[in-house]
Amino acid sequence: MTVTPGWYMALSAVLFVIGLSGILLRRNALVMFMSVELMLNAVNLTFVAAGRELLSIDGQVSVFFVMVVAAAEVVVGLAIIVAVFRRRKTASVDELAELRG
Amino acid sequence: MTGTLVSLAILLPLGGSVVLLFAGKRLPEPLAGVIATLTVAGAFGCAAVAAVDFLTGAGEALTVRWFDWMPAFGVDASLGWDRLSALMTLVVTGVGALIHLYSIGYMKGDARFGRFFTYLNLFIASMLILVLADNFAMLFVGWELVGLCSYLLISFWFERETAAAAGKKAFIVNRVGDVGFIVALMVVFAHFGSFRFDTVFESAPEVLTTGTATAIGLLLLVGAAGKSAQLPLYVWLPDAMEGPTPVSALIHAATMVTAGVYMVARTGAIFGMAPIAAGTVAVVGAATALYAATIAVAQTDIKRVLAYSTISQLGYMFMGVGAAAYVAGVFHLMTHSFFKALLFLGAGSVIHGMHGEQDMAKMGGLRRKMPATFATMTIAWLAISGIPPLAGFWSKDEILGTVFERGGAWTVLWGVGLLTALLTAFYMTRMMWLTFFGEPRWDDGVHPHESPAVMTIPLLALAGLSVVGGLVNTPFRTTLEHFLDPVFDAVRLAHVPTGSTAVALAGASVIAALIGIGLAALRYRDRVPDETGFAWRLMGRGYYVDDVYGQVFARSGKLAAAWLAFRFDARGIDGAVEGMGALTRKTGGWLRPIQTGFVRTSAAGVVLGAVALLGWFLWRGGL
Repeated sequence: MTVTPGWYMALSAVLFVIGLSGILLRRNALVMFMSVELMLNAVNLTFVAAGRELLSIDGQVSVFFVMVVAAAEVVVGLAIIVAVFRRRKTASVDELAELRG
Repeated sequence: MTGTLVSLAILLPLGGSVVLLFAGKRLPEPLAGVIATLTVAGAFGCAAVAAVDFLTGAGEALTVRWFDWMPAFGVDASLGWDRLSALMTLVVTGVGALIHLYSIGYMKGDARFGRFFTYLNLFIASMLILVLADNFAMLFVGWELVGLCSYLLISFWFERETAAAAGKKAFIVNRVGDVGFIVALMVVFAHFGSFRFDTVFESAPEVLTTGTATAIGLLLLVGAAGKSAQLPLYVWLPDAMEGPTPVSALIHAATMVTAGVYMVARTGAIFGMAPIAAGTVAVVGAATALYAATIAVAQTDIKRVLAYSTISQLGYMFMGVGAAAYVAGVFHLMTHSFFKALLFLGAGSVIHGMHGEQDMAKMGGLRRKMPATFATMTIAWLAISGIPPLAGFWSKDEILGTVFERGGAWTVLWGVGLLTALLTAFYMTRMMWLTFFGEPRWDDGVHPHESPAVMTIPLLALAGLSVVGGLVNTPFRTTLEHFLDPVFDAVRLAHVPTGSTAVALAGASVIAALIGIGLAALRYRDRVPDETGFAWRLMGRGYYVDDVYGQVFARSGKLAAAWLAFRFDARGIDGAVEGMGALTRKTGGWLRPIQTGFVRTSAAGVVLGAVALLGWFLWRGGL
């Protein structure tokens, strides 16, 4: 049984939906954060797989960009979460609904 | 040199007005008036020196350029100094200076003494701009400025509601006339591409068709009728008597109201090409003369008699200039400014002596108490009635003679003029008798007294002018006609009859005047007849024209304004604006629940959006 690009695509789709579900269903900010990482890496996987399949370096280059941005985003996001936690003693995003109309 | 003097004639009163505007309150009482009087007297001096050349026959008309004003229209701010403007300047500043002097006495003790002279000086400067303008644009500036001064001075005692209303009325009625004037100016500019008098009058015969000239003439007449209180725009002048009496004398008798006559005389070149327009001017004048004279007969307020008399006399002037008797019209303008200013100042002296009483029913027997006022008023009375050799006889007779000489339908106008002369003599005699003769009918506590010298000296000076003023242009010595000849060079003038016709006409005028005086003297000699019958009330109220205008124009205007304010504005405009706000708020209300503030709702939104976008791309089959 050979591993075709379709397998990679399927795997990344599964990972993406798991991440998406995490975002939509969980309330803990940290867990939602991890879900975001999962989605990003699902996308990274498609990039790498597609790049190899199409014999193009572009996919791998894109992945580096995504990783760099993700790392920066983690720094900022974690800092926000820590700040919120210190103030509210909770990491539940449902408590943070000040923008309700 | 002459140019500087002419400029100075305007700048002196203008400067006086500015000084008094800022310093008027701080100056002790007589000083403000003295400064104002001196500036106007100085202006008279400048004008007199500048006019010497004209009198010796050496003077040429000249233009004094001040500055570029509206280059786009080729309009300079510049003055034209010719014989007609010279005569007008001398009359305005001469009579003006006397009335300024008189005002020092009349306005004594007024709370806004300085402010009064500020306005009075500004008026003299404005009137001089009007008569010295060398183009239509400057003329219009002066025209509007004198209107402004008139408004300010009519409502000078604005604490009185009637005075404030009279000022507004004068301003609004004059606006109606100004519409005609402005349109006339537009037509002039459209045809000539210039506002300069020289250019317009010289090229008028080539540029204008009779139709266009008639249109311009009739439009100018609308403006002149507003300013000079002719039918049907005369209604503001009787109400203008709410102003202080010197104002009535200066602005509403001697100078400003004659601006329309001056303007028609100035634009004689255009009226000369438009016989219909000129005829209309004469008919309006004759109709106004007779109409206002009948109203004057039934007035009980001494100033209102004089107001209607002024309207009537202005009608004479219009009849004169309409009949192309420009010299006669301007001549009557001049003599009228002498004797009518004198009548008003005399009436002011009476009112002053009677502690503000203006009702002739409460006067009588004043001749012994106020000898100087009585003597000078007598001269003015005989002058306006047309008794030779006083001023009014010569000028009025010249107008009537010229109108008669033109023959045909003009004879009817002559008849109207003669009837008016009879009525004029009648109502003036009535006024004199009710005021100065008979038994005193004063209210208790009224002790009439002669006015101070500062008021009687101008009366004496004007009385002198009313005696000799007519002698400048008699059938025996036509000095004024020679003097003004160069101005009306290009204009065909109508002339007075000569020989036995002239004598017969003069005889008819004198007989009419004597009949008028005799009838009034008989009627009012020893009693005050009852004048409350229907006809008297009808004439006393001015044929209820004011009430009709009030119902037709003022009321409909108020209704339209109320509709605009309370319907169109409150419901329409405000409704549209408030509707926009309400719509925005309501839409916001509907959309509010979408924003829950939960992160997952927003995330779901992003997902849905992404899915929809993806679906769209797939459906289209590519990006």
